[in-house]
Amino acid sequence: MKKLSTTLRKLGLVSVLAGLTFVTGTVRAEDTIKVGVLHSLSGTMAISETTLKDTMLMLIDEQNKKGGLLGKKLEAVVVDPASNWPLFAEKARELLTKDKVAAIFGCWTSVSRKSVLPVIEELNGLLFYPVQYEGEESSKNVFYTGAAPNQQAIPAVDYLMNDLKVKRWVLAGTDYVYPRTTNKILEAYLKSKGVSKKDIMINYTPFGHSDWQSIVADIKKFGSTGKKTAVVSTINGDANVPFYKELGNQGISAEKIPVIAFSVGEEELSGMDTKPLVGHLAAWNYFMSIDTTKNAAFINQWHEYIKNPKRVTNDPMEAHYIGFNMWVKAVEKAGSVAPDAVQKAIIGIEFPNLTGGTSKMLPNHHISKPVLIGEIQDDGQFSTVWQTNTLVDGDAWSDFLPESKPIIADWTAPINCGNFNTKTKKCSGQNFK
Amino acid sequence: MKANSRNWPIGLLLALILMLPTLSIGQEEDAFAAALSQLKTASTSDRSQAIELVAAVKQPQAVIVLQALLDGRLLKLKSTDQLVIGTESDIGYQLADALDAKDLGTVERSATQKITLTNSLRTELRKTIGRLQLNDADAAIRLAAVNALAKAVDEDGLAMLQEHLNSEQDEQVQKAIKLTLGLEQLNSPSKLKRLEAIELLKAHADQNIVNRLNELVEKDDQGQYVEADSDVRNAAKTALVSINSDLQLYAGIETLFFGLSLGAVLVLSAIGLAITFGVMGVINMAHGELMMLGAYTTYVTQQLMPNHLGLSIVVAIPAAFIISGLAGIIIERGIIRFLYGRPLETLLATFGVSLFLQQTVRSIFSPLNRSVTTPEWMSGALQINDFLALTWNRFYILVFCLLVFLLLLQILKRTRLGLEVRAVAQNRPMAKAMGVPTGRVDALTFGLGSGIAGVAGVALSQITNVGPNLGQAYIVDSFMVVVFGGVGNLWGTLVAGFSLGIANKLLEPYAGAVLAKILVLVFIILFIQKRPRGLFPQQGRAVEG
Amino acid sequence: MTLANGFKNDKLMASVMALLAAITVLIPLCNWVFPVGSPLYFSAYTVSVLGKYLCFALLGMSLDLVWGYCGILALGHGAFFALGAYAMGMYLMRQIGNRGVYGNAELPDFMVFLDWKELPWYWYGFDQFWFAALMVVLIPGVLAFVFGWLAFRSRVTGVYLSIITQALTYALLLAFFRNEMGFGGNNGLTDFKEIIGFNIHSDNVRASLLMLTGLTLISAYFVSRWITLSKLGRVVTAIRDHEMRVRFLGYRVEMFKLWVFVFAAMLAGLAGALYVPQVGIINPSEFSPLNSLEIVIWVAIGGRGTIYGAIVGAVLVNYAKTLLTGWMPEIWLFFLGTTFILVTVFLPDGLLGLGRNRKEQKS
Repeated sequence: MKKLSTTLRKLGLVSVLAGLTFVTGTVRAEDTIKVGVLHSLSGTMAISETTLKDTMLMLIDEQNKKGGLLGKKLEAVVVDPASNWPLFAEKARELLTKDKVAAIFGCWTSVSRKSVLPVIEELNGLLFYPVQYEGEESSKNVFYTGAAPNQQAIPAVDYLMNDLKVKRWVLAGTDYVYPRTTNKILEAYLKSKGVSKKDIMINYTPFGHSDWQSIVADIKKFGSTGKKTAVVSTINGDANVPFYKELGNQGISAEKIPVIAFSVGEEELSGMDTKPLVGHLAAWNYFMSIDTTKNAAFINQWHEYIKNPKRVTNDPMEAHYIGFNMWVKAVEKAGSVAPDAVQKAIIGIEFPNLTGGTSKMLPNHHISKPVLIGEIQDDGQFSTVWQTNTLVDGDAWSDFLPESKPIIADWTAPINCGNFNTKTKKCSGQNFK
Repeated sequence: MKANSRNWPIGLLLALILMLPTLSIGQEEDAFAAALSQLKTASTSDRSQAIELVAAVKQPQAVIVLQALLDGRLLKLKSTDQLVIGTESDIGYQLADALDAKDLGTVERSATQKITLTNSLRTELRKTIGRLQLNDADAAIRLAAVNALAKAVDEDGLAMLQEHLNSEQDEQVQKAIKLTLGLEQLNSPSKLKRLEAIELLKAHADQNIVNRLNELVEKDDQGQYVEADSDVRNAAKTALVSINSDLQLYAGIETLFFGLSLGAVLVLSAIGLAITFGVMGVINMAHGELMMLGAYTTYVTQQLMPNHLGLSIVVAIPAAFIISGLAGIIIERGIIRFLYGRPLETLLATFGVSLFLQQTVRSIFSPLNRSVTTPEWMSGALQINDFLALTWNRFYILVFCLLVFLLLLQILKRTRLGLEVRAVAQNRPMAKAMGVPTGRVDALTFGLGSGIAGVAGVALSQITNVGPNLGQAYIVDSFMVVVFGGVGNLWGTLVAGFSLGIANKLLEPYAGAVLAKILVLVFIILFIQKRPRGLFPQQGRAVEG
Repeated sequence: MTLANGFKNDKLMASVMALLAAITVLIPLCNWVFPVGSPLYFSAYTVSVLGKYLCFALLGMSLDLVWGYCGILALGHGAFFALGAYAMGMYLMRQIGNRGVYGNAELPDFMVFLDWKELPWYWYGFDQFWFAALMVVLIPGVLAFVFGWLAFRSRVTGVYLSIITQALTYALLLAFFRNEMGFGGNNGLTDFKEIIGFNIHSDNVRASLLMLTGLTLISAYFVSRWITLSKLGRVVTAIRDHEMRVRFLGYRVEMFKLWVFVFAAMLAGLAGALYVPQVGIINPSEFSPLNSLEIVIWVAIGGRGTIYGAIVGAVLVNYAKTLLTGWMPEIWLFFLGTTFILVTVFLPDGLLGLGRNRKEQKS
C-alpha cells in the first residue's frame, strides 16, 4: 500500500510537471493575420461573453470562406481572461506582444476595458468593444461599437415620457460605473425636462443581488401615488432574474409600472422564465425580431455555426458584426493591418447594420446606430414599439454632465484628441504631454 | 361628468351598440367573425379597433374571447389560421373555437401561435372586459369588474359606474361602486359632500384613498393648500392618522415576512452544510455546486415534462436529492475519505471539486443561465389588502424550509442512520470499536448533507438564476450561518439563519442593501469574539479541532 | 541550525532561492545591457508576468507563516494584500495629477465624476511616497492587530477563526464595491501614469519593479526563516502542534500568534503594493473570498510549513493559469480542479513533500 501510494505520488508529480512544462509550441504560419478574442470563458462573466467569442469565430470563419483578408487567412487567437480584471490586462499584453494580433475584439464590463486600456495604448493595439457603456471615454486605440448613453438611455426616457406619459421615475441600477453614469445623465436630463427631485428615486444594489423583496416593495410604494411611474433599470446580469420574479410576484405588472432595461437582451431572456416579464421594455440598437433580409441571414448563419436552432442573437453580437466588418473594410482600404493605418482608414467607413440602416464609424470612434424600444414577449423576443427615424450618432462625452459638456472627441486632424476641451482648447488624457 | 371627446373607441362602441338591434342574427355572426379575424392583424391600432368590435357584437362569447386574449390563451392554429381558445392540458392545448366555443379536441403547443399584445392593448382590454362584466349575472364577477375599473379609473369608467349603481342590487357591489364614486366626490365643490366622502372612505385600506387624502393635506408649488377648506383638511388629517397606524402595522408584518423568507433561503442553503461541515467536519467548498446540481435537476425535470410544470417541481425534489446525494457519495468515497483527520485539507480538495463541477455544467448546459419556469401555484401573492401581500413563492419556500428541517431532525433522532451519524460525530474510534461501520456511515452522512443541498437547489431555482455561478453566490453566506449558529448544531443553524435574515431586513430600510449586509458580517465577527463557538456551542469531545 | 546549515541540508530550498536570485538579478540586468529585440532581451510581457508571480509568491509566503507555522487557516489573507495594494494605488492615483480625464489636479477622475467637491480626509497624505509606503504596511498591520487581538484573546480557533477571516474579507469586498466609499467602486483605481517620477509604462521601470519585488521576496524569506528558527518561531510551531500544552507551560499564546499574524499581514500588504504598479489596476475583486482561498491553495500545493514551498506553489499555480487560459481556454478549469484534488489527496505535503524525505507529519 505504501509502495503504491509513493508510486502514485510520483506519477502525480510527473503528470503535473509534464503539464506545466509543455510548451505552447504550435508552429503558426506567417501568412495569416491574427485576430485576438479577449472574452471571459469562465468566471462570472462567462455567461455573457462566451457567445461573443463564438460570434467572433463565426465571423472570422465567414471571412476566410470569402478568401480571407489581403490575400491572407485570418486566424483567431482565443484566450480566457476568466472574469479576472488584472488577467485581462495580462492577456491583452500576451495577445499583442506574443501573438502579435492585428486587432483585439473583446471585453464586456467597464472595469475590464479600463484594465486593458493602458496596455492597448502603450502597445498601440486596436480594441473593438461591443457592449453598451457609460461613455466619458474615447481612446485612440479603442473603437466603441456598442451604444453610448445617448444611443440608448435618453431615447428610452423620451419614449416613456412622451408616449407612456410617465411622471415618476425609479432609476434602479447595480452599483458600478455604467449605471452610475447613466443615472447621473438621466437625472440631469429629467430635471431639465421639469421633473422634480421628489419624483425621482435612485437605488443601487450590489452585483448579483438576489433578495429584492424590500426594494420592490419600495418601488411599489413609490409608484402607488397615482402618477404614472416607470423603472429605468440598469441592473446587471444575474440580479435581473430575481428582480423580475419579485416584481411579478408582488403584482407589479408592466401595465402598472413598466420597467425599461438597458442590460436585458434576448440572451438574458433565454435564461429566464419570461412570464413575469411580458410587457416590460428594453432599449437596444438591435433586436433579433427585426425583420430584414440581412438579419434573417445573420440568424441563419449563427444557427448553422452554433448547430443549435434555439440560440438567439443579441445586440452585442450585432456590434461585433459591425465592428469586425468595419475593421475588414478599413484594412482593405489601408492595404495593411498596421494599427496607425487602420485607425486612419476606419473613420468614415460605412457598413450596413442588421436593422436596415447603414452605420458609420465616427471621428470619436463611436458608431451611428438606430435606437429601438421593444416590449418583451413571452417567447423571449422583443416586439418593437418605437424606433428612431434616423441613426443616432454615438456621443462619447455626455452633454448632460457639467464636467464633460465642453469636452469632445475627434480623432481626425486638426484636433486628433479623444478628450478635447472646447473651452480651454486643451487636450487631456491619452495625448497629454 | 364631462363628455368624452378624446376617447373615440368608446364612441364607436356606443354607435355599434345602438346599431345592434338592427342587425339580424346572421349579420351578427358575420360581424363577430369579421371582428375576430381582424384581431389577427399585426397593427396595434387595427387590433385595438377589433377589440372594440368584438366587445360590441356578441355576448357572452365576446367576454370569453377577450379574457382569453388577455390571458394569452387566444391562439391561432398554424395550419388553418383559425382563431381558437386554448386550455392547458397534459399533452398540449384543449381547444375551443373562438367563434362558438365548439370543442376542437387537443393539439400540441407547437401547432399554435399566440396572439400577442402590447401594454396599451392590455390596459384597454381590461377596461373593456370590466365594462362588459358589469352586466354579468354573477355578483362576484360584477364586483371584480368594479374593482378592475376602480384601479384604472377614468371619466368613462366613472360615468358607467354611476349609471350602473342605479340598477345594482347586490350590496357589496354597491359598496365598491360607492367607494369609487366617493373618491370622485372629493372633487365636489360642496364642502359637505367632501366631508361626507372622507367619512365614507376613511375606514378602507385602499391605496387610492390614501393617495387622495394625502393630496388634500399637501401644499402645492405656490405654498397654497390644495384643499382650501380647513375643516376638510382636518378631517382628512384625522382620517390619515388612523390609516397610517394601520399602515405601520402592515409594514412591520411585511418586514418580518421578508426577513423570515430571506432567513428560510439562508437556512435551506446552510442546512446541508450543517451536516457535512457541522457533523462531519468536512469544509465542503463544493456545497454550493451541489445546490447548483439540484437547481439544474429542476431544469431537466421541467424539460422532461413540459406539460406538467406544477408537478415537475414536486418531482424535482426527490430527483435533486438523489442526484446531489449520489454526487456527494462519490465525492466522499473518491476523495474525502482519504482526508479524514486533515479537515482543513478537505477544503482544498472540495474546492477542486467545485471548479470541476462548475466547468462540467458549463460544458453540458452552456455557460448561459437556464430558464426554470415558476409554476402557477407559486406565482403571485396572497393579497391581504392594498398594503400587505405575501408572495407565494417565498411563502412556500418558508414552509418547505421548515419541513426539510423537521424531517432532517427526525432522521437524525429517530433512525438508525441518525444514531450512527451522531455516534461517529461524537467519537469516531469509539463508534468504530462498537461496530459502527464508519466508512458506510460517512458516505451516507455526506450523501444526506449533499442531497439536502440539492433539495435547497430546487428551492433556489424558484427565486434566482440557474447557472454555473449559482453555488458561489451562496457558499459564503452558508458558512456564516453554520458558524454563527454553532458548528454541529442543527437548531443553531435554524436560529442563526432566521435571525440573520430578519436582522438584514430590519437594517435594510435604514442602511441600504449593501451596508446592511456589511453590518451583519461585522456583527458575526464580533459575536464570535464573545462566543467563540457560535450561538449553540457543541458539547463533548469532538469540540477540539 | 544556522542559515548556512539550512542551505546545506535542504538542497531544494537552495536551488529555489538560487533560481529566484537569478530571476531577480539577471532579467533586469539583461534588459539594461542588451538592446530591444536581442534574444536575451526579455519582453515587457515576460517581465510583468514574472513580477506578478513574485508578488503572489510573497503573498503566499506570508500566508504560510500564519498557516504553516501558526496553524491559523486564514481564509481572508487576501484582504491585507488588497489593502496594501489600495494604499499604493491611492499614491499612484494622486501622481496622475491633472493628466486625468477631467484634468482636475486635486481629485481623481472618479471623484470628479461623482460630483465630489473635495478630497475625503482619508486620501490626505497619499500624494507623498513615504506616507503611502508607510500606510502600505501600517493599514494591514493595524487591521490584523485589532482583528487578531480580539480573536486570539477570546480564543477563537479552528474553523471559527477561518470563517470569520472570510467574513472580514467579504465585508471589505462589499464595502469597497460601494462607490460612496471613495475608492472608485467596481472600477477600482487604474490609469496610473508614473511612480516616484518615472513613467510606469517604461520597460526600465518594469524591470526595476521586478528586481525590487525579487529582492523583497528574498529578504522577506530570510527574515521569515530567521523568525521561524528563533525562539519565537519554535514557540509558534509548538502552538500549532498543541496549543493547550504551550498555554499550560505558561506562554501567552495569543501574543505569539498575534505577532506572527501582524507580521504576515504587513508582508501581504507589501506584496499588494508591489503588485499594483506592475498590473496597473486594483479593484475590489481582490478582496473576494475566492481569491483568499486561492492563496491557501498555492501554499498547499507548494507544501505548507516550509516558507519556500509557498513560493514554489504560487509561481507554479499562476504559471499554469497563464498557460492554460491561453492554451485550452474552454476547459482549463477541469485541469486546475483535478490538480487541486490530486495534490491534496496524494501529496499531503505539497510538491515539496516529494523532494524531502520527511517523516509523516500530522497537521
